[in-house]
Amino acid sequence: MRSDRAPLGLKIAAGAGLAFMHLPIVLIFVYAFTTEDKSYQWPPPGLTTKWLAVTWNRPDVWEALSLSLRVAAISTAIALVLGTLCAAAVSRTKFFGREAISLMVILPIALPGIITGISLRSAFNLADIPFSFWTIVLGHATFCVVVVYNNAVARFRRTSGSLIEASMDLGADGFQTFRHVILPNISTALLAGGMLAFALSFDEVIVTTFTAGQQQTLPIWMLEELVRPRERPVTNVVAMMVALVTLLPILGAYYLTRGTDTVAGQGK
Amino acid sequence: MSEHVLETERSGGLRGISDVLWRNPRLVIFLLLAPPALWLGIVYLGSLFALLAQSFFSIDEFSGLIQYELTLKTYRELFTPANFDVILRTVVMSACVTIAAAIIAFPIAYFAARYAKGKWKALFYIGVMLPLWSSYLVKVYSWKLILAKEGILNWLFETLHLSWLLNAYLSIPVIGGNSLSVSATGTFLVFLYVWLPFMVLPIQASLERVPASMLEASGDLGASPQQTFRHVLLPLALPGVIAGSIFTFSLTLGDYIIPQIVGTSRRFIGQAVYAYQGTAGNIPLASAFAVVPIVIMAFYLWVAKRKGAFDAL
Amino acid sequence: MKTAAVRFKGVSRHYGPVRAVDEVDLSIAEGEFFAMLGPSGSGKTTCLRLIAGFDQPTAGEVTIFGEDAGGVPPYKRHVNTVFQDYALFPHMNVLDNVAYGLMIAGMPKAERHKQAEGALELVALPGFGARKPSELSGGQRQRVALARALINEPRVLLLDEPLGALDLKLREQMQQELKDLQRKLGITFIFVTHDQGEALSMADRVAVFNDGKIVQVGKPEDVYYRPEVPFVADFVGSSNVLPPHVVEKIAGNWTHASVRPEAVSLVDAGLGVDGLHATVHSTAFLGTATRVSLDLDGFSMVALLPKGTRIPETGEQVHVKWSPEDLHLMDTA
Repeated sequence: MRSDRAPLGLKIAAGAGLAFMHLPIVLIFVYAFTTEDKSYQWPPPGLTTKWLAVTWNRPDVWEALSLSLRVAAISTAIALVLGTLCAAAVSRTKFFGREAISLMVILPIALPGIITGISLRSAFNLADIPFSFWTIVLGHATFCVVVVYNNAVARFRRTSGSLIEASMDLGADGFQTFRHVILPNISTALLAGGMLAFALSFDEVIVTTFTAGQQQTLPIWMLEELVRPRERPVTNVVAMMVALVTLLPILGAYYLTRGTDTVAGQGK
Repeated sequence: MSEHVLETERSGGLRGISDVLWRNPRLVIFLLLAPPALWLGIVYLGSLFALLAQSFFSIDEFSGLIQYELTLKTYRELFTPANFDVILRTVVMSACVTIAAAIIAFPIAYFAARYAKGKWKALFYIGVMLPLWSSYLVKVYSWKLILAKEGILNWLFETLHLSWLLNAYLSIPVIGGNSLSVSATGTFLVFLYVWLPFMVLPIQASLERVPASMLEASGDLGASPQQTFRHVLLPLALPGVIAGSIFTFSLTLGDYIIPQIVGTSRRFIGQAVYAYQGTAGNIPLASAFAVVPIVIMAFYLWVAKRKGAFDAL
Repeated sequence: MKTAAVRFKGVSRHYGPVRAVDEVDLSIAEGEFFAMLGPSGSGKTTCLRLIAGFDQPTAGEVTIFGEDAGGVPPYKRHVNTVFQDYALFPHMNVLDNVAYGLMIAGMPKAERHKQAEGALELVALPGFGARKPSELSGGQRQRVALARALINEPRVLLLDEPLGALDLKLREQMQQELKDLQRKLGITFIFVTHDQGEALSMADRVAVFNDGKIVQVGKPEDVYYRPEVPFVADFVGSSNVLPPHVVEKIAGNWTHASVRPEAVSLVDAGLGVDGLHATVHSTAFLGTATRVSLDLDGFSMVALLPKGTRIPETGEQVHVKWSPEDLHLMDTA
């Protein structure tokens, strides 16, 4: 007989593991309010909210944030279209080369980000393409496709094929069926996939360093601060904000796919 | 109701297009696939090809210009002692991170899959999902705070009067250093932290698939809980561990930011790629370096596939 | 002569090397309650899909009320389907599900909802419109699927194992209701099932499918009492199909014959069919009767003994007997 109570040792190991995964992020929230501005002193000598105001008035932070948001929005839109099309084709019919298509979609995240980065960099170099907003988007959309694809493919698989036949049987042509049956059934999966793609793009730094040139997305701004700390308090506040901004879409996506699809995180 | 049971006349507009598509299912597949296939084919595969091409070019040592002639000269450079050292260091680090992640992840996944019920299960799920998806840089940054000389970890050791222990550890060559934030141990800790969630989820998925009745059958046949774990659960969880290791191994192989922020001045593959393509402008050598993780991962995936790890993804 | 509602002329549907439907000829009259009966994979569902337009024949021609259906998409056929899994749209409530066909046809909301209410009344579900399909029982979903398929006033209604997911009692009740509904509406019902009892009790005519071919078409009594091939005898009547060496002994020139279990009785030595003795293999009490499995010269057959007869012991030697008119002789193998 298997007892339903976990052994104490297992409970401790699991709890400690979870704590290890979460405590460091909690720390970020404490540091955002420290009065110390020259070092990473612990415990903080005092707490203040003045760095929030200081960060608020920094144009470079705003510019980086704006670039990141624009890149994430456009990349997500492209990924939504491409990922959905691909999922529809792969899940609806068996065709020659299906496996190859799935592999091609997954490759950009299966291989280390630096490979995607240096590959794009090489291609831009060979083709003489100057860095721009669009070179960043090109990279981001490519690795965001898979997140949308994974969510959409799982939902397509769960959506019974007879629903589409039922709709056509009742007089709806292909477009009407898409609008009245397919779209409503996959919309939450697409929303979840889109949110995760947004979070992924908003946070991306490895590929971006190869495709951004002199432009600064928020993660690149943070990276420079990490390598050469200039204003620790502002970095602390930005880190906290980035943590919060990525938190919302993750929880949203979890809520939308709860109890339906499998582990959404496999997409990353 | 119309006279005819079949509408055989041709329709215009969208319905007409729908008719054509309905009669040509292959056309539908083609239209669905064309945009993503073109995008990924041109942007991604095209770039990969560019990378491969660049790695067969070389750089003129005097002018610093890229010579667009196919040569194996750049690959030969990879095997100079300094560069080979970089590759070896990265692979060893990836292996260490993978093994440690598997050990820490297993109890979490096991608990979540076997014992957590209802609300706790959801909590565990979010508990793994959040760190998985939360910002990479924020996670790295938090460790810069933790490992700093004036940071929380040193403070803990001091408060507990254990500083001597930490100093003794740091004096060990190779893994030690001046402080944790500039030691190989520091790099290892951050890698472990950042990639750990990628190990938990596949293991959990593979454990969820073991039916409870199978464990009961093992107990019924006289196995002790330890024997059941050893002979039933562990072999069934192995594909999940391998699937997770693909992530942890691959991600560590290609990372260049963590060792740059926390660790020694000794380079990893990612840093080499970044440095050569950047200030040095040596894209051929950077590309050749980037091919190394591809080759290692291809080998790794080949082994993993033979062990059936892909079913756990 | 009236045009057939549905006619198959040499229709085949092959998937690669698999012949799901193989040169089927069939004619279904208007207003008929027609059953397609056969084991799974025998091609009956594929035939239904060819009529609905979800699938296209590889060869041959399907005509619906005299018109060639080739290349006509499902949404251009006034033929509607009740799906095996009901295929109710999960994101719509019951009323919108039922009114779907009318919405697509462009009918204003108030009017189509009124008609949908009417259709729900027809299937005895008045007032269920606001519920979601997930809040209904299996039987209720089945009725909603029926109302949704009927609202477009199809000339032919296709039902794919419509009662398969229901429990026994509900199934019997629905069989009666479907039959009454078909009489009332007077439209053609084509109905796919693997349950011979269902096909025999509901249909005007039955087509028995095996391996992509129709092996017999006829009235339920014909198919049941006068099977033309051993497969029908076995599948439809659960008859004992006697092997050639036994048939030769008792009926000379014929090769195949069948006898239904309820026609077999066990008698004392000397009173039975010449030279046929059997060993009792096992017995099973079924309530109104007892099923006796027999071993007859290395071939097994079944006798169904009514209540009140003596039940032999396992291993006992017995003699079998049936009246000559219960022995059904068949030509083909």
